[in-house]
Amino acid sequence: MKGFLMILVGAVLVNNFVLSKFMGICPFLGVSKKLDSATGMSVAVIFVMTMATAVTYPIYTYILFPNFTYLRTLVFILVIAALVQLVEIILKKFIPALHSTLGIYLPLITTNCAVLGVTVLNIEEQYNFAESIVNSIGAGIGFLVAMVLFNGVRQRIEGNDIPKTFEGLPSILIAASIVSLAFMGFSGVVEGLFA
Amino acid sequence: MASSNKLKILVNGIIRENPVLVLVLGTCPTLAVTTLAVNGLGMGLAATLVLMGSNVAISLLKRVIPDKVRIPAYIVIIAAFVTVVEFLVHAYVQSLYNALGVFLPLITVNCIILGRAEMFANKNKVFDSLLDGIGMGLGFTLALVIIGSIREIVGMGTWFGIPLTANLFDSMTLFSLAPGGFFVFGCVVALANKVTKGRTLKNHKEGGCAGCPAAAACSAFNGGKGEE
Repeated sequence: MKGFLMILVGAVLVNNFVLSKFMGICPFLGVSKKLDSATGMSVAVIFVMTMATAVTYPIYTYILFPNFTYLRTLVFILVIAALVQLVEIILKKFIPALHSTLGIYLPLITTNCAVLGVTVLNIEEQYNFAESIVNSIGAGIGFLVAMVLFNGVRQRIEGNDIPKTFEGLPSILIAASIVSLAFMGFSGVVEGLFA
Repeated sequence: MASSNKLKILVNGIIRENPVLVLVLGTCPTLAVTTLAVNGLGMGLAATLVLMGSNVAISLLKRVIPDKVRIPAYIVIIAAFVTVVEFLVHAYVQSLYNALGVFLPLITVNCIILGRAEMFANKNKVFDSLLDGIGMGLGFTLALVIIGSIREIVGMGTWFGIPLTANLFDSMTLFSLAPGGFFVFGCVVALANKVTKGRTLKNHKEGGCAGCPAAAACSAFNGGKGEE
């Protein structure tokens, strides 16, 4: 149990996917402008990350390992793309309400490097199946936390008097730098909490 | 005339439409691997190889791939080239393989590569696509080396491993860490903005996804943020 909690807290706060591992920067910068789209995107990411790990982990462990490990990237991205399509179709058919809120973010997720990243990292960290799932959920929640926090920051910058050259993306990046600085304060938290 | 056109395609990606500084694509590797200039160079060249391969292959196959499944088809082609490059780097440049880590397979989802497939390779001739791949790849490399150099010099006081500022000032480790990545990238984009007189700015008021060429194919962009 302690191990799982360590992985979870580590993935959410210490090794935050967006702010310390630099994965999923595109949606982080692009979709964080409005709170509802930020949360919608994040929930879709949590969902797809967990599903993708649940599917890719057995595929890697039982089919690709040990002879076909070099096919990892190719198979994983295919699985993720197919999975995203499948989830979209299922949601559309059976839970239209959820589809109308999450559906629009799903295609974007195929090329979100956080999803491929978490599946590859689970293999490289040599987590077992349960640990991989926990790590994926943690990574997704970390994405949500970063998106929601950053949305607040962005709403504060909005309408401020920024030098012309820094308007738009540069100011957003520098705000992201400060948020990331705040997250650095979490380093060592896991060891402290569970010591 | 013809040859100057070819040159234009090549140079376009390096300066006028620099994928990182002007189009603002491929932000994840740009931030993640640029702690050292040499990693930036390695990442840039690896991506250039993939981009050349995928652009040529997609340009050759543009009549064969059905329009409806083109994006998955492109991703598979790109992933295949990424696997090849992964092998090459692992075999010949072990140190780079270790330094890039998970970001080497993640070249697959680098939106520069998918973006060029969608915007250029599936509409143009094979040789032009190759030149575009080289140009865009070198532009990516150039941006990564610039950002990597700033972060390495300020953060560690070295440049490509050569001590530079040891006697001038104490290095600020923060620049090698995550916040420094965002900060330097922000400043470099602002600088590019200044130099291109706001071309970056004009294309990227919203930042991020708005500039991704795949955005046209991406319903999140059209459906979710279209109203903005």
